Amino acid sequence: MWELLFPAVLNGILLGGVYALVALGLTLIYGVLHIVNFAHGTLLMIGMFMVWLLAAKMGIDPYLALPVVTLAMGALGWALYTGLIGPVSRGEDKMLLLATLGVSILFDNGMMVAFSGDTRSIETAHSFSTVDIGPALVPVTKLVSFGFAVVVAGALWAFIALTETGRAIRAVAKEADGARLMGIRPARMYAVAFAVGTACTGAAACLLLPSFYVNPGVGNVFILIAFTIVVLGGMGSFVGAAFGALLVGVIESLGGLFLGESLGPILVPLTFIAVLLFRPNGLFGRS
Amino acid sequence: MKIAGIVALVAIALAPFLSTSQAVANMALLAALAVAGGQAWNIAGGFGGMMSFGHVAFFGVGAYTTAILQTRYGVNPWLTLPIAGAIAAAVGFIISWCCSRAGLQGSYFALVTLAIAEAFRILANSLDFTRGGLGISLDLNLAASNFQFSDKRVFYAVALIVALAATLVCWWITRSRFGARLIAIRENPDAARALGVDVSLTRAGALALSGAVTALTGVIYAQVFLYIDPNIAFGVWRSVDMMLVALVGGSGTIVGPIIGGLVLHLLSEGSRELIDIPGFAPALYGIVLLLIIGLLPGGFARLRHA
Amino acid sequence: MLSATGIAKSFGGVQAIKAVDIEIRSGAITALLGPNGAGKTTMFAMLAGFIRPDRGRITFERRDITGWAPERIARVGMVRTFQVTQPFSGLSVAHNIRVGAFLRENRPREAETRARAIGERLGLGKVLDRSASSLTVAGRKRLEIARAMATQPRLLLLDEVMAGLNPTEINEIVELIKQIRDSGVTILLTEHIMHAVAQLADVAHVLAGGTLISSGTPRQIAEDPKVIEAYLGHGAAQRLANA
Repeated sequence: MWELLFPAVLNGILLGGVYALVALGLTLIYGVLHIVNFAHGTLLMIGMFMVWLLAAKMGIDPYLALPVVTLAMGALGWALYTGLIGPVSRGEDKMLLLATLGVSILFDNGMMVAFSGDTRSIETAHSFSTVDIGPALVPVTKLVSFGFAVVVAGALWAFIALTETGRAIRAVAKEADGARLMGIRPARMYAVAFAVGTACTGAAACLLLPSFYVNPGVGNVFILIAFTIVVLGGMGSFVGAAFGALLVGVIESLGGLFLGESLGPILVPLTFIAVLLFRPNGLFGRS
Repeated sequence: MKIAGIVALVAIALAPFLSTSQAVANMALLAALAVAGGQAWNIAGGFGGMMSFGHVAFFGVGAYTTAILQTRYGVNPWLTLPIAGAIAAAVGFIISWCCSRAGLQGSYFALVTLAIAEAFRILANSLDFTRGGLGISLDLNLAASNFQFSDKRVFYAVALIVALAATLVCWWITRSRFGARLIAIRENPDAARALGVDVSLTRAGALALSGAVTALTGVIYAQVFLYIDPNIAFGVWRSVDMMLVALVGGSGTIVGPIIGGLVLHLLSEGSRELIDIPGFAPALYGIVLLLIIGLLPGGFARLRHA
Repeated sequence: MLSATGIAKSFGGVQAIKAVDIEIRSGAITALLGPNGAGKTTMFAMLAGFIRPDRGRITFERRDITGWAPERIARVGMVRTFQVTQPFSGLSVAHNIRVGAFLRENRPREAETRARAIGERLGLGKVLDRSASSLTVAGRKRLEIARAMATQPRLLLLDEVMAGLNPTEINEIVELIKQIRDSGVTILLTEHIMHAVAQLADVAHVLAGGTLISSGTPRQIAEDPKVIEAYLGHGAAQRLANA
């Protein structure tokens, strides 16, 4: 049992670390804009395609591409919000929700048109190296990705907690009108938050692709995982999102172990439903 | 103006019967199913304000109910219509009731329905009972008594009847006590409560009704194409389809989903003539959704007021 | 008719209502007064079922309604209006009122007729087919009352119905409330507009700091030093008496 359980849990934690980046981005967007960003999974998919293109066509290692992809995705997020989502929704919550849905539909299918539905993956120099940790045979890529995820999460924390922009974002999240009185422009902070949240998916994309595949439908897979993490941790709580990500990673992994490849994935939506029905504030959320 | 509109709609509805092309009949019946699905979504989402992102769950329940009842228990396909409707109604009622108990509204409700639909898909993909990823094939047995027709125009007639029934339900909502209460809940749940409206019960009834009608479209689909699998039955894009038909046409109106169904279906068929790459038509749907939100949030049906 | 005993409610760490006993006599107009933050709206919310008291019992017409859902309480005849009006914005005035009428009348046509009649009686005749969101503040207040009256209540809870109205409008509402009382409806209202309270209320209770500090006729409570203290501050009663 231990020989089976330990690797599953370990793999879950390692994957969860990368999920955390996705969830942190989603939490940031929810905390500041107070909307559920339906486009988040789609953005991650775009990021993954970006990484794939760099790796497959230009031979650039995903880990090396991290700063570039992160910045590029951030720019895309900024452009999407200021150019499309913001104007279209005119600030109404329900419209914002539908606008992010519209973006996700457009890009999920747009990418399908551009790249076809085929599944792609990459092979790096370390693709097949593994490391022994106890009874587990852990792919090196997963370890490296986890390490990078921690670093990026730390950078994100530093940005939010220590920089002036980060403080402005937090002010807008708490009280937009008050922030306006202090000279901060909420509309600009919304764009920044959306951009940073999207940049997180860019970073996550670099860390996922070495161990994962990409096709235009992959956004749908990740969006539910991201939502589950965010509600499990507590909407709006960063610590919760980080912790929830590790937990969901483990849940997903154990699901595969005990329920098999077909039925295993059901634990994620089930967790999501259960949390919302029975503990809507999650583990760390505020009521 | 209204009479001209009704005449035009009747003409459009009857036109496909004049053509002997099976391709035309196929297109017509898919359009009718789209309208029916949109009207069904409209019941809960438009009039009730319960935006469901997982409505395909009801479609799949309908499709799998008929497929399983026929292949495992030899039940006559016509009989599966009311059974599928009843099961879907129960599912809808339970989902809404649980969400009401947990205080889930708005975005949270939308997400929960999405998760439920996904859970159903995974179940259908994993259980022997549903034959997993293989899907279920229905035996070809052309006979009116077996709800299979060689001329697709008959299927179109059935789909048209369901679309009409769904539209009548929406019309009934605008004229009944139940509907008035449902709409009041959409506008202001607390005010409705203060006036004696049982919000949980009314919402549950709306989702049950909506689910039942959606399930009927699932049954018809299974009978027309004689094959379903977890992706056909529970694929997420069908939820989006239903929602868009209602939103684009005008949610919360009687004629909205009809317009929406026609517009979107024409768009998808037309775009397929131009560029036949998978994903092109749905991508256009995304653009249409963004345009509608930005320019015409009330949908085409409310063009006069815009 | 309505009796609330030992009611207490706290939010977070704040004890909003400490221990309140209230009796509402049938047929009379009772006023619940008190400075801002005294807990009047919290009391209303508890009586009407929107908030559950931590302790205590609420009895309406000899039925224990503690913890009942608001819709159930509305059905047995106690209906509230909201301080910040809550119209069904997308609906017409007539259809707003009709939702209330539907509590007692199943048939849509009859309910609509009743709703329109009530609308007329409450001075909304001219705006019945206009959208509720197009009404003035005074119109919305009337709509709140009309909707509640359409449910044929036995006890009507009016939550600061005169807030935001000008003197003419206030006088009109005062007359309206008198007519409602004369038609046999018991009324409990909270208000800040003292001269209106003086004209309307048979009994007044003053809530301050989470407890009832005074009860009696409007004149009596206005002369009660404890009430003066609650509104004007510690020692004010003494100072006024000395001045």
